[in-house]
Amino acid sequence: MIHVENLTKYYHTLCAVDQINLDIQKGEILGLLGPNGAGKTTTLRMLTGYLKPSSGSIFVKGLSIDKHVLEIKRVLGYLPESAPLYHDMLVFDYLNYVAAIREIPGNHKLARIRRLADLCGINEVMHQPIGELSKGYKQRVGLAHAMMNDPEVLVLDEPTSGLDPNQIAEIRKIIKEIGKEKPIILSTHILSEAEATCDRIMIINQGKIVADGSTENLKQSAGGRNIMNLSLQNADFKTVEKTFANINGIESVARVAETNNALNIRLSYQSTHDLRPDIYRKIRTKDWIILDFHQETQSLENIFRELTKES
Amino acid sequence: MRQVTHIFRKEFSAYFISPIAYIVISVFLLVTGWFFFATFFLFNQANLRTFYALLPVVFAFVIPAITMRLISEELNVGSDEILLTMPVTVLDVVLGKFFAGVALIVVMMIPTLAYPLTVSLMGQLDWGPVVGGYLGGVFLGAAFCAVGLFASALTRNQIIAFIIGLAICFTLTLIDKMLYFLPRSLLGVFAYLGADFHFQNIAKGIIDSRDILYFVSVCFVGLYGAYLALQQKH
Repeated sequence: MIHVENLTKYYHTLCAVDQINLDIQKGEILGLLGPNGAGKTTTLRMLTGYLKPSSGSIFVKGLSIDKHVLEIKRVLGYLPESAPLYHDMLVFDYLNYVAAIREIPGNHKLARIRRLADLCGINEVMHQPIGELSKGYKQRVGLAHAMMNDPEVLVLDEPTSGLDPNQIAEIRKIIKEIGKEKPIILSTHILSEAEATCDRIMIINQGKIVADGSTENLKQSAGGRNIMNLSLQNADFKTVEKTFANINGIESVARVAETNNALNIRLSYQSTHDLRPDIYRKIRTKDWIILDFHQETQSLENIFRELTKES
Repeated sequence: MRQVTHIFRKEFSAYFISPIAYIVISVFLLVTGWFFFATFFLFNQANLRTFYALLPVVFAFVIPAITMRLISEELNVGSDEILLTMPVTVLDVVLGKFFAGVALIVVMMIPTLAYPLTVSLMGQLDWGPVVGGYLGGVFLGAAFCAVGLFASALTRNQIIAFIIGLAICFTLTLIDKMLYFLPRSLLGVFAYLGADFHFQNIAKGIIDSRDILYFVSVCFVGLYGAYLALQQKH
């Protein structure tokens, strides 16, 4: 669907994007992940034809962006970061204008706008000026804008930045809804978001791709480790340590805290086996009361931090 | 080309959504109306000469105010990113906005038709120069509009865009009045550059291809400059 080769962008002497190669297939939600200033936005802007690459090539549906920018813009839908829309236009007027530019035939226009308003939940603000909308609504109008031409690929730059948790959840729901039908590329620096919404994650740092794969693969390749958090009552650390150290595969037993007769410990082990049943069996042989028993997988956060550390 | 119409329509109606159009038109009518009729009865002549003498200077102030927001507002809000990632070329954008500005200038001049009508009631008005003056006014307005659009494409700050536009338009208006500072050999060139000089020719009722060509070339240079400035941002 989208094929990118050696994409490079210089701002004067600063290299924002450095020799990126990527392929996006149909029916994927791809998350571009990276710290601020990593080159996510620049990459997306080049993909959508807003910026010209310094070198390298982009093909969308086999069309080169150098020669067929307009055709490519026709099949893409793009929502820039923080949805920079015309503030004094009414939402309906704005969507009408976008529909005209997107060359939606006159008799389909209204139906199309209505469908998008339903999908993005903006029916109640149709006749308000965009400038008076809350950030969440603005983002939704932006989504409706990006979906206007029924794009073959949807590109979203930080679709949830600056929103409150409720709005984030709603926008994610819409994205998931849309993602069932069409490939989406979205950029974010929020890890949980990438984990929750994307099928595939690409981590960018200083203009280079440093990791690429599904969430599971990424965790595995980073030498994932499972951490088991236990909180036990009626136990003392010495016996606990001895008991768990016996289990094959446990690498370490650590005391986290000891509060009014509850003992919190952390067990860590390779994520290749699941040791939960063994741990539980051990606990059952003792006279302990379990207050907490939960596994935290090596989070994407650690991988991210490792890969994007300033070296 | 169809995109030009869509952008034109949006920009033109944007003038009337915000108070810009109403303010600019009122100020324009107030200034021209006052200065024209203040001396009209003193001269006691049935023509629009003082109106036309005034028009380039007033335009040099009013038109940059019309054009200042056209591109710099987009750059400031960042909406150019939204616009240019839709199937629209930079040329479509520049032309659409240019025509919207010109259309507003035409709308702004329509109420001034009351002046020749009033004058014709009071004396024998020669309609030739009047028609020439309005035609020249549209050409002059279009040329200043292109210049203002160029200024607007240079910066994301509307006030700076206004001042740059004003400086260029004002220079073009006054340059043929400053000729006595210049060596004789350059006189012809600088006289040709003066917008006022060409406008007054047309306003006399003489429509000369050289004057038309002058305005068309100013339009072209301004629009091309705006095009390059906008293109260069990408």
